[in-house]
Amino acid sequence: MKPKRMADALAVAVLGGWASIAAAIGDMPGGPKVNQLNLTAPVTRIAEEQHWIHWFVMWICVAIFVAVFGVMFYAVWKHRKSRGHAPASFHESTAVEIAWTVVPFLIIVGMAIPATRMVVEQKDTANADLTVKATGYQWKWGYDYLKGDGEGISFLSMLSTPRDQIEDRNYPDAKARREQNPTYLMEVDNPLVVPVNRKVRVVITANDVIHAWYMPALGVKQDAIPGFVRDTWFKAEKTGVFRGQCAELCGKDHAFMPIVVDVRTEADYLKWVEEKKKEMLARTDDPTREWQLADLNARGEKVYAANCVACHQANGKGVTGSFPALDGSKVVLGKSQAQLDVVLHGRPGTAMAPFRQLSDVELAAVVTYTRNAWGNKASDNVVQPSEVTAARR
Amino acid sequence: MSAVLDHPGDHAHGHAHDHPSGWRRWLYATNHKDIGTMYLWFSFAMLLVGGVNALLLRTELFQPGLQILRPEFFNQLTTMHGLIMVFGAVMPAFVGFANWQVPLMIGASDMAFARLNNFSFWLLPVAASLLIVSYFVPGGATAAGWTLYAPLSVQMGPGMDLAILALHLMGASSIMGSINIITTILNMRAPGMPLMKMPMFCWTWLITAYLLLAVMPVLAGAVTMVLTDRHFGTSFFNAAGGGDPVMYQHIFWFFGHPEVYIMILPAFGIISEVIPTFARKPLFGYSSMVYATASIAILSMIVWAHHMFTTGMPVTGQLFFMYATMLIAVPTGVKIFNWVATMWRGSMTFETPMLFAVGFIFVFAIGGFTGLIMAVAPLDIQIHDTYYIVAHFHYVLVAGSLFALFSGTYYWIPKWTGHMYDERLGKWHFWASMITFNITFFPMHFLGLAGMPRRYADYPMQFADFNAVVTIGAFGFGLSQLIFLWMVIRCIKGGAKASDRVWENAHGLEWTVPSPAPFHTFETPPVVK
Amino acid sequence: MVSATSSGTPYYFVPHPSKWPMVGAIALAFFGFGLASWVNGAPFGPWLFAIFIAILAYMMIGWFGAVARESESGLYGERVDVSFRWSMSWFIFSEVMFFAAFFGALYYARSIATPWLGDLDHRSLLWPDFQATWPNAGPAGVVEPFQTIGPWPIPTLNTALLLTSGVTLTIAHHALKDNRRAPLAFWMLVTILLGFTFLGFQAYEYVHAYSELNLKLSSGIFGSTFFMLTGFHGFHVTVGAIMLSAVLFRILRGHFTPQRHFAFEAAAWYWHFVDVVWLGLYVVVYWL
Ligand code: HEA
Ligand code: HEA
Ligand code: HEC
Ligand code: CUA
Ligand SMILES: [Cu+2]
Repeated sequence: MKPKRMADALAVAVLGGWASIAAAIGDMPGGPKVNQLNLTAPVTRIAEEQHWIHWFVMWICVAIFVAVFGVMFYAVWKHRKSRGHAPASFHESTAVEIAWTVVPFLIIVGMAIPATRMVVEQKDTANADLTVKATGYQWKWGYDYLKGDGEGISFLSMLSTPRDQIEDRNYPDAKARREQNPTYLMEVDNPLVVPVNRKVRVVITANDVIHAWYMPALGVKQDAIPGFVRDTWFKAEKTGVFRGQCAELCGKDHAFMPIVVDVRTEADYLKWVEEKKKEMLARTDDPTREWQLADLNARGEKVYAANCVACHQANGKGVTGSFPALDGSKVVLGKSQAQLDVVLHGRPGTAMAPFRQLSDVELAAVVTYTRNAWGNKASDNVVQPSEVTAARR
Repeated sequence: MSAVLDHPGDHAHGHAHDHPSGWRRWLYATNHKDIGTMYLWFSFAMLLVGGVNALLLRTELFQPGLQILRPEFFNQLTTMHGLIMVFGAVMPAFVGFANWQVPLMIGASDMAFARLNNFSFWLLPVAASLLIVSYFVPGGATAAGWTLYAPLSVQMGPGMDLAILALHLMGASSIMGSINIITTILNMRAPGMPLMKMPMFCWTWLITAYLLLAVMPVLAGAVTMVLTDRHFGTSFFNAAGGGDPVMYQHIFWFFGHPEVYIMILPAFGIISEVIPTFARKPLFGYSSMVYATASIAILSMIVWAHHMFTTGMPVTGQLFFMYATMLIAVPTGVKIFNWVATMWRGSMTFETPMLFAVGFIFVFAIGGFTGLIMAVAPLDIQIHDTYYIVAHFHYVLVAGSLFALFSGTYYWIPKWTGHMYDERLGKWHFWASMITFNITFFPMHFLGLAGMPRRYADYPMQFADFNAVVTIGAFGFGLSQLIFLWMVIRCIKGGAKASDRVWENAHGLEWTVPSPAPFHTFETPPVVK
Repeated sequence: MVSATSSGTPYYFVPHPSKWPMVGAIALAFFGFGLASWVNGAPFGPWLFAIFIAILAYMMIGWFGAVARESESGLYGERVDVSFRWSMSWFIFSEVMFFAAFFGALYYARSIATPWLGDLDHRSLLWPDFQATWPNAGPAGVVEPFQTIGPWPIPTLNTALLLTSGVTLTIAHHALKDNRRAPLAFWMLVTILLGFTFLGFQAYEYVHAYSELNLKLSSGIFGSTFFMLTGFHGFHVTVGAIMLSAVLFRILRGHFTPQRHFAFEAAAWYWHFVDVVWLGLYVVVYWL
C-alpha cells in the first residue's frame, strides 16, 4: 500500500496539472501499477531478491553520488573566481589516487558477493515439479506441458485485446474503448496455468526469430532462441494472474505478444488440467476422415485468424513490401501441393515460418480456406487432411 | 601542459597559391581544418535527421494506442534513429574534433595522410545516403534494431542490405580515420613533446583509434555473415544448418561494447581540456588519467556479454562478464575523481564550455551508475531490454558524448571562427538542454523498472503519463538544439573578435596560433620546451 | 605542395587538393547501391557494380600513380616514410581483426554451438537425430550430404607454394637492397607467379568441391565457415598479388632505391600477413 501511495504522490508532483490518463484507468491486476516507480511486486523468492539487490546497489550508488557531487558542488560554490578564490597549483597525490582506486574496488567486491549467490540460484533449474515448454512465434506464444501433472497439454496463447482498441486510424473510437480496459495489451486468450508453490521449469525456444519470455512478477526473463532451447524456473508463492510481455525485438507485432501466467492452488490446477484434457480430446479429429468444403472452410477461417492474420491480414491482402497477399497469389491459386509445401516448410530466411505444429486437419482447413476465401477460386479447392499427412513425409 | 614556443606557429610565407576556393575546396580538400569542418557539419545534420526520427517515434508513444505510425514503420524509425545517431552523429563529430584539434594541439602541419583523410570523410555522405534511401525501397528501412540481431535481420527486405553496406563504408571510413589519427599522433608531434606530455584529448583519441582498429573489422565480419546468410545460403546464424543466432550477438557485442567507449573516451578528453582551463589549475593526476583511459579500453574488450545476460549463458559466463563489467567502474571513477580534484581549490568561472563540462560529469555519472546497476547480472534479468536501458544509454550518450561535444564546440569555436560566441545564447542552450534532457530521459528509469520493454510501438495504459512527459521533454530538447544552431551561425557570421589565447588560463599549442586559425599552421614544427 | 622552403625534402609533405578521394567515394556509392540491388535480383545491379569496378580501377591507377610520382620526385622525407610504416602496420592489424571474426565464428560453431545442439535437452526436444560431430551439416537435415577436403594434397601443396613465395620475395628484397635490378625483377615475377598458381589451385579446389564433393557455401555451418574463410583469404591473396604486380611494374620503370622502397616493403608485409593467415587456415580448417 505504502509504495503505491508514494508513487501516486510523486506522480502527481511530477505531472503537475496534467490530466492523468493512467490514473483514470487504475492499476492493472497482476501487471504494472499506475505510474509505477520501482520493480513489479514480487511473487517469487528470486524476484524478491532482485528487489533487494536493486535496493542495495542503488542506494550505494546514490550515497557515492551524493558524496562525490557534494564535494564537487562545494568546490563550485566556494572555489569560484567571482568569490575571489585564488587557484592552488597541486596536481597529483599518490596517496589520494591509490585510495580512490582501492575503495571503489572494495565497494564493487561488496556488491558482487550477494550477486554471485543469486546468479547461481537463478540458474539452478534442477528438480522441477512441472516442466513447461514455451515457444515464441511471430507473434504469439505456444505452451506444451512436458512433465508433471498436465503432461501432454498444449495450446497457443495470444493477445486478446481486439484491434479495435489499438488502431486509432482504423477505429475512431479505439481510444474510448482502450480507456475502459485496464489490462490493455497484457491479456491473452489462453493463459499459462501453473500450481502455486511448485517449482516450474520453463524450457524456452522459438520458431522463427528471437523472442524473450519476460515475467516481471516472477523475476524471470529468458530469450527464446530459434533452434535452441534454454531454460529458467520460478516458484510462485501467491495465487493470482500475473502479466508480462515479449522483451526481444521480434518484428512488427513485438509489442503485441504478451504473456499471462495464472497461478492456482494445487486443487484448482488439477481441475483445470482435467478440463483442458477433456477439451483437447473433444478437439482431436480423425485425420483420415473425408471433410466437406463448408466444414473445412469454417474451421480454416478460425485457424487462419489464429495463425496467419498477423501477416497476411484478414482481407488476405498482406502488407505491401513485407507480407505477400494471399488473395490472388499464384501459389494459392496453383497446385495445392506447392502451397502445402510453403505452409509446412516455410520459406527459409523470410518471416514465413514452417507451420508443422498445426494438426493435419488444421492445415488442410487453412489451406482450403485460403483457396476459397476473398476473390480466390482455386481449381483443386479442397485439400483433405490425408493429403497433409502424405505431404508431411 | 605548458608549451612554450620557439617559433610562432604560423609563419611569414604567403600561401595564397594553395588556398583553394569554391566547391573544389571542399570536394577535393586536403586541409585538416576544412575536413574537420565538413565532419562537424555532417554530424550535426545527422543529429537533426536522427533527432527527427526520435521525435516521430516519440510522437507515436505520446499516448497508448497506434495513432500515426504502423508498428513496422515504428521499428524502422527506432533502428534508423540508433544507427544514424551512433554512426552518423556522434562518431563523425569526434573525428571532426580530432581533425581540427589534433594537429593544432601537437604542432603538426596537417594530418599524416591528407588525401586519405578526405576519403574517410566523403565515404560518410555516401553511407548516409544508402541509409536514407533504404526508407524508400520495398519493405522500407531495416527494422531489426541498431544491433541488427539475426535472424530478424535475415528476414528483412532490401533495406537491410543497404544498411549492411552502409555499415561497411562507415567502418572503412573509421578505420582509415583511425590509422590517420594514430600515425599523426605517433609520428608528428612537435619536437620536445613526449607522449606523456601530450594533451589529454590526444591521448584519449589515440586510445580510441586503437579501439576502432580492433573492433570495426569485427563488425564488418558480423554484418558480412548476415549478408551471406541472407543471400548466399550460409548458415552462420541458423540453427537448422548448425549455426547459432547467439553467435551473432557475441560477434556484434565484441564490437558493440568497445563501440560505446569509442563514443565516450574522446568526450573524456574534451572534458579533461576544458576543466583545467576554467579551474585555472593544471589537470589533477595526468598520468593516472592516461592509465585509467587505457584500462577502460582494455577492459572494454572483455565485457561484451553483459548485453547478453538473458540469452542463457552458463553460470561461469554470467559471473565472468558481471565481474569484468563492474570493474570498469574503478578506472571511470578515477577519471571523475580527478576532474573533481582539478576543480577543488581552483579559481573557477562558468562560461558555457565549463557549464557543459560540469553538467557532463554530473549527468554522465548518473548514466554510469545505472550501467553498474545493470551489470549486476541477476538484476539485469529484470531490466534487460526495458526502458531502463534506454535511460542508461541516453544518459551516457546524450548527456555524456553530446554534452561533451557541445562543451568542446563552445571551447574551441572562437579558435575556429575567430569570433566569440554569444555567451547569453550559450547559457540558454545549456540550461534548456540540461532541464529538458532530464525531463525526457529520467522518467524512462521508472518505465523500465516497471517493466516497459523497449522497441515497443504501443504500451499498457498504466505507462501513459510518464510516456507523455518523455515526449514533451523530447520536443523541448529538440527545440533547445535550435539555439545551438543559431549560436553557431551567428558565431561564424560575426561577433566579438577572439584573441589568440581565447581563455585566460588556456594552455596548449592551439592557443599560440591566431584566431581564426590560419589555413596552414605549424608548417615548420614548433619546439615545445 | 612543398610545405617548407628549406632545402631538400620538406619537413612534412601535405598534398595539393586532390580529386581522387572524391572519385573513390563515388565509386563506393556505386558499390553500395550496385551490390544491394544485385543481391536482390535487380537487373541493373551487376551493371552498377561493373561501374564501381571501373571507377575504382581508375581511382587506384590515378591515386597510386600520383603517390608514386611524388615519391620519385623526392617529396617524401624521412618522416613521411615513418608515417607510411605506422599506417601499413596498423592497417594489417585491422585486417587481422577482420579474419579474427571469421576464425571466431568457426571456433564458436565448432566448440560451443555444435555440442550445445547435440546435448540432452536439444536432442529430446528439438533435434532427436543430431550427432554433435565436426564437420556437421546442422541438425535439421536440410543440407544435402557432402564430403570435406582434407589437407592432402592440394592444401599442402598450396602451403608450400605460399611459403616458397615468401622466400622468393625475401630474395627479391635482398636483391633490391644490393641494387641488383635484374634478379630483383626476376624474383618478384616468380613470387607473383607462385601467388597466381596458388589461386589457380584454390579455384580448382572450389570447382572440385562444388562438382564432386557437393560441398557448397550452403553446406550448413561447415560450408559457410570453410568457404568464407578460404574465400576471404583467396581474395586477400588476389589483392596482395595485385600489389606485388604494381610494385613489379614500378621496378621495371626504374623506381625505388636500395635505401628507400617503402611500397615494396608494404606489399611484402602484406604478402607475409596473407601467408600467416593461410597457415592458420591450413591448421584449423583443413587439419583439425
Ligand atoms: C557512451 C556510451 C556508454 C558508456 C560510457 C557506458 C558505460 C557503462 N555501461 Fe552501458 N550501454 C550503452 C552505452 C554506454 N554504456 C549502450 C548504448 C547500451 C545499450 C545497447 C543496446 O542494447 O542497444 C548500454 C548497455 C549496457 C548494458 C546492457 C544492459 C542490457 O542490455 O541488459 C550494461 C550491463 O552491464 C551496461 C553497463 C555499463 C557500465 C557498467 C558502464 C560503465 O562504464 C560506467 C562506469 C561509471 C560509473 C560507475 C560512474 C562513475 C564512477 C564513480 C563515481 C566511481 C565510484 C563508483 C562505484 C564504486 C560504484 N551498459
Ligand atoms: C548518441 C546517440 C543518441 C542520441 C543523441 C539520441 C537522442 C535521442 N533519443 Fe535515442 N537512441 C539511441 C541513441 C541516441 N539517441 C540508440 C543507440 C537507441 C537504440 C536504438 C535501438 O533500439 O535499436 C536509441 C533509442 C531511443 C528510444 C527508444 C526507442 C524504442 O525502444 O523504441 C527513444 C525513445 O524515446 C529515443 C529518444 C531519443 C530522443 C528524444 C533523443 C533526443 O536527444 C534527440 C534530440 C535531437 C533532435 C530532436 C534534433 C534536433 C532538432 C531539430 C531537428 C529541430 C526540430 C525540432 C523540433 C521541432 C522539436 N532514443
Ligand atoms: C510471421 C509472418 C507470417 C505468418 C504468421 C504467416 N505467413 Fe505466410 N508468408 C509470410 C511471408 C513474409 C511470406 C513471403 C515469403 C517469401 O518472400 O517468399 C509468406 C508467404 C506465404 C505463401 C506464399 C505466397 C506467395 O504468393 O508466394 C503462402 C501460401 C502463405 N504464406 C500462407 C500462410 C498461411 C496459410 C499461414 C498461416 C498458417 C501463414 N502464411 C502465416 C509471412 C507469414
Ligand atoms: Cu516476440 Cu518480441
Ligand atoms: Cu556494453
